[in-house]
Amino acid sequence: MPAYTSPTPPRTGDVAGTLRLLTYLALAVALLVLDHRGGWLTRIRAQANVAVQPLWWLAGLPARLGDSVRDDAVTRSMLAEDNRRLRNALLVSGARQARLQVAAAENARLRGLLGAAERGGLDVQLAPILDIDLDPTRQRLILDAGSRDGVRQGQSVIDAGGLVGQIIEVTPTTATVLLLTDPDHAVPVLVGRNGVRLVAYGKGRSDELELPNIPLSADVKVGDAIITSGLGGRFPPGFPVGTIDSLRPDDSRAFLLGALKPAARLDRGRDVLLLQQSREPGLGIGDSEQPQPQSGDEPANAAGKAGVPAPATRSSQSPIPNPQSRPPQEAQP
Amino acid sequence: MSRPRRLWLLPVSIIAALLLGLLPLPPLVQPLRPYWLALVVAFWVIEDPDRAGLGFAFLMGLLGDLAFGGILGEQALRLTVMAFILQRFRSQVRFFPMAQQALVMGALLFNDRVVSAAVHLMLDEPQLPWSYWWAPLLGMVLWAPLFVLLDALRIGRRKS
Repeated sequence: MPAYTSPTPPRTGDVAGTLRLLTYLALAVALLVLDHRGGWLTRIRAQANVAVQPLWWLAGLPARLGDSVRDDAVTRSMLAEDNRRLRNALLVSGARQARLQVAAAENARLRGLLGAAERGGLDVQLAPILDIDLDPTRQRLILDAGSRDGVRQGQSVIDAGGLVGQIIEVTPTTATVLLLTDPDHAVPVLVGRNGVRLVAYGKGRSDELELPNIPLSADVKVGDAIITSGLGGRFPPGFPVGTIDSLRPDDSRAFLLGALKPAARLDRGRDVLLLQQSREPGLGIGDSEQPQPQSGDEPANAAGKAGVPAPATRSSQSPIPNPQSRPPQEAQP
Repeated sequence: MSRPRRLWLLPVSIIAALLLGLLPLPPLVQPLRPYWLALVVAFWVIEDPDRAGLGFAFLMGLLGDLAFGGILGEQALRLTVMAFILQRFRSQVRFFPMAQQALVMGALLFNDRVVSAAVHLMLDEPQLPWSYWWAPLLGMVLWAPLFVLLDALRIGRRKS
């Protein structure tokens, strides 16, 4: 090769470079396949994640600062407006809760008659979301709470709307949530109206879930509310998952394929609730932060049983809502 | 004396690139987020071939995979491919005028998108929405300011 044609390095360098490229490519592909299939790499990954935690913390800082600045900079009228709105919301949810407590008490009594196992109250823990953007093709969230705050792998994550996902990785100060919408995620559900059991799969889009294999004969309609069925034991029953957006026949024409709009606000939010899992929660009630003034109609025989909401403390660890943790006004008859 | 002083710029630039990649953006702008890590790695591969080679790109890719929570190895593969192409044409690219260099970077970033799409296809993972294909354009535009900034920081260190 004439020297003037190109300034590339001599042939031997080229070959060595290509060889090195192939080595690294092979290594990367091996990692990709191993990580994609799961297995022993997950443990190494969990260890390595501890190393990038400071990075996440730092990246979440601007959003946190922005929030605190916004909180500090609100005017008095905005505060008053907020206060009024929240007072109304509290009143509404208080009234709703009072009604639900009657239903829960009745439920407990009927269950007692049937001899069925009672269910504990809703025991939750508030966890802030670390506001950073992860890989957009993967539906994950990072929480600013980890094993040090009592977060454990496998916990269900909810927000005010409904089910958000589950905890898949825990490090000392952060936890990773696999969202409902991740393609690796499936949740056993049922149609609230008639109890038809289905499975909802993620599609990798934050605004849609997939509901395949609905029998043509099943009475499922657009607009039906879908809730968790609790089958499989991973998710507690009775939490809203979404509403059916559309139905169409699938490729085989033997089943329907439903599109589901998630009930939870999956795209953005500031906090989520983690369910303590050691005991199945009952009705989806009573995740209020403070005791409600109106519970005078609470029947005495329901005290300490199902339906009594455990206070949602930040680090409540007790699996069973014990009498001491009940709101104070329930001591009076 | 100048050598140890310059050492801090490489890790700092990498960390800054990772942070810029993680920073929350409004959903509308999110698809336009340039691949900062690739830009910074490309700078080091062009300017400091002794320290930044294929291995460097591979390791930075792994770091990016961990930080962004992607599949382990995806960015490592993408950055290794990019670094290899850059290394091949380094002697030409170095002496290109800035506009031409930016074009090369745009092509490399576009190629990177293709590689990423191929990886996702291979592993049966969901593809990025089409709006994300605009990001290489923004990366191309940002290459010149980034190059000038990093180069100034480097040269400045060397002289002092």
